[in-house]
Amino acid sequence: MLAFILRRLLQSVVVMLVVCLISFSLFHYVGDPVASLLGQDSRLQDFEELRERLGLNDPFYMQFANYIGNALRGELGISYRLQTPVSELIASRLPATIELAMASALIALVFGVTLGVMSALKPRSFTTGVVMTLSLVGVSLPTFLIGIGLIYVFAVELQWLPSFGRGQVVDLGWWKTGLLTESGLRSLILPAITLSLFQLTLIMRLVRAEMLEVLRQDYIKFARARGLSNRAINFGHALKNTLVPVITITGLQLGSVIAFAIITETVFQWPGVGSLFVNSVQVVDVPVMAAYLMFVALVFVVINLIVDILYYVVDPRLRIAGRAAR
Amino acid sequence: MVETLVKPAAEAAATKRPVVSVRNLTVDFPLRRGNFRAVEDVSFDIMPGEVLGVVGESGAGKSMTGSAIIGLIEPPGRITGGEVLLDGRRIDNLPPEEMQKLRGKRIGMVFQDPLTSLNPLYRIGDQIVETIRRHLPVSEAEARERAIGLLREAGIPSPEDRIDSYPHQFSGGMRQRVVIALALAAEPELIIADEPTSALDVSVQAQIIKVLKRLCESRGAAVMLITHDMGVIAETADRMIVMNKGRIVETGKVGDIIKRPKQDYTIRLIKAIPSITDPIRVHAAPAEQKALVEVKHLVRDFDLSGSLLDRLFRRGGGKIVHAVDDVSFSIRKGSTYGLVGESGSGKSTCARMMVGLIPPTSGEVLLDGKDIWQAGAAERRRKVQMIFQDPYASLNPRWRVGDIIAEPIKALGLASGRSEIEGRVADLLERVRLDAAAMRKFPHEFSGGQRQRIAIARALSSQPEFIVCDEPTSALDVSVQAQVLDLMKRLQDEFGLTYLLISHNLAVVRTMADDVGVLNKGRLVEQGPVDQVFDAPKDEYTRMLLSSVPDISKVD
Repeated sequence: MLAFILRRLLQSVVVMLVVCLISFSLFHYVGDPVASLLGQDSRLQDFEELRERLGLNDPFYMQFANYIGNALRGELGISYRLQTPVSELIASRLPATIELAMASALIALVFGVTLGVMSALKPRSFTTGVVMTLSLVGVSLPTFLIGIGLIYVFAVELQWLPSFGRGQVVDLGWWKTGLLTESGLRSLILPAITLSLFQLTLIMRLVRAEMLEVLRQDYIKFARARGLSNRAINFGHALKNTLVPVITITGLQLGSVIAFAIITETVFQWPGVGSLFVNSVQVVDVPVMAAYLMFVALVFVVINLIVDILYYVVDPRLRIAGRAAR
Repeated sequence: MVETLVKPAAEAAATKRPVVSVRNLTVDFPLRRGNFRAVEDVSFDIMPGEVLGVVGESGAGKSMTGSAIIGLIEPPGRITGGEVLLDGRRIDNLPPEEMQKLRGKRIGMVFQDPLTSLNPLYRIGDQIVETIRRHLPVSEAEARERAIGLLREAGIPSPEDRIDSYPHQFSGGMRQRVVIALALAAEPELIIADEPTSALDVSVQAQIIKVLKRLCESRGAAVMLITHDMGVIAETADRMIVMNKGRIVETGKVGDIIKRPKQDYTIRLIKAIPSITDPIRVHAAPAEQKALVEVKHLVRDFDLSGSLLDRLFRRGGGKIVHAVDDVSFSIRKGSTYGLVGESGSGKSTCARMMVGLIPPTSGEVLLDGKDIWQAGAAERRRKVQMIFQDPYASLNPRWRVGDIIAEPIKALGLASGRSEIEGRVADLLERVRLDAAAMRKFPHEFSGGQRQRIAIARALSSQPEFIVCDEPTSALDVSVQAQVLDLMKRLQDEFGLTYLLISHNLAVVRTMADDVGVLNKGRLVEQGPVDQVFDAPKDEYTRMLLSSVPDISKVD
């Protein structure tokens, strides 16, 4: 187990270094950073001085080493647009994104698993038919349309919920949360539902397919032959066996929810990392974009690590197999 | 032997009423293409303490009868006629909730494959305790105590320590003991054992039958033993019924049916079963003594020590398994060499090295005096072919039969032009007694036996001299097995083929092979002419293997 985690951490470091290299290249080879820092009417001498000062005349590997050194210390450069350190910018936007992602992941998991199990147990009932059809709608409608539709119904027509922003936030010092105020919670509902709808349908369909598969297994038949109650069979024996693939997909989806909530954040003007990225793209704010790239990679690496550890917790067979065969 | 077992049952029959009686049972599957009658007008009784054997080939409706008794027929199947009485009370029309309480409590069931009938994510103790507490009013600690007792009775060594293990930490035979303990957890009156030993090695099989029989005898539970293996019935059951196409063909005492079958179907069925004591061989050994295949000091190791990091973090270092350990034998041209042994003995690893699927760690395989690894892949593939165990898995379901058979011809460039290739495929199909029109069809349109014929045609298509047959008939019914073995023998005569026959079924080896080698834990413990090895085994392991085979000759 320890060897496994260490090996995984080593792999993660390699992944992060590669992403670092790409993001570094983005920084330095997509356009001349000096040209975008200085105006068109600057003298050549100014260019040279700035180059020297920023260390751009050093050989490539020196620059890369410096970049990594800085990144490790949390210094990701300074935003061209806002003139503030990128790390501060991301840190100030992160709580909003994380809260939104967690809320939507929770909705997706709870409803996805419940509906998935229900539709697998009663595959021919009317309710299952309705849920399955609606889930097709959920998968095929684009997120922005769902967001706009929800805003129209609940914010414009019914006026029950706010249409944009995060509401009032409480500053805990290291974290600005919207979960402690009523307006914060109310603001969270629509974007969280919008963001969760796709994951919800995905998880539901996956759980349903896996359940149908597991319910055909011999150990389920044997459990029935032992006279166990339906509840024990369906939720104890069957559901646990569907978890490994569900964990994989949920993990990856959570990663993309955190990293790519861009559309939802834009539609609802949610002050998260996604909208920061969109705003940065518009003005070619390379340091922010590069840092965002690394942030996304970090999110995926961490989530994958957690998913792998969860496999071990859920499936005892992997604890042995993982050792014997790789 | 059987007579003494029948007596107590007969006495019981006089005084008690049957544990279960099935009256005119009919099970229907309404399908889109019409009604399929899986079980038709089946009636029988099982007395307390009696073991009733139910035999038949696949599709005979024997498992369906078991499922009908315990009320677990898969929809859309349902009981459409007759009734099932448990201790005099009708149970086939009970509401689902009451039936659920009956299962496990009064009727227990053991399934075929111990590898899949336990939930892999729960400790075996949890699964037993769960079952006990569902049916009996005991506390968690009492249930655990009882579970340990059951495991001990089922023959699990030091059950106190093993109760918290997961299913994958047990071997197949041990798992089947756990399954039996689970089925008996709430002291049911009737045990339905559906092919309880078919997935196990012979030596383990004998132990499991003993455990099942002992536990049921000590509890006075009746057993319905469903199997396709007449040998198991011969050794275990008191009475038997023979089923075919959903109907009962013959009922009677085991000895009577095996020695004096009355119905045509039963006669044919019993005739098709090979016996380990049967010295009549279907194929006569060739006169010439020249060896075609020679295996010299073959070794194959598997390194289980894991990656570099694993080795760094664990003390003790690596673990190397000798799957095949210094095996040498030779096969005469035109003869059949049987390789027997239990699972894990290295039979299949040996076969794979001989056809060139995996390289040996050391040693050599000579074909006509030339090392097959130096001869080059194309040469090797032309001269050596393989027939696999499972004809359902070894044919590509998306390819037409003609393309499957033609593939080696095309890959090795043995024929050119469409018409020439088609001519060859048609010829091959004829030789395995299939219609040439079969080449346009897909594998799923054929039965298991027909598929194995297609697999044989594919092996023959490169005109090989040597064919490795890895359990060629173990996925087939006995009557089909007899046909396939007969075909293999005729082809051997026709083409002068040399076979390596790998099988755990010793009776098949006895009828097919000229010489035999016995593998145990990667080592060849004994080899020689088949009659000599079977009639006068020298090695302790061979003797154990032969004595544990359930064989129809053992009935008296």
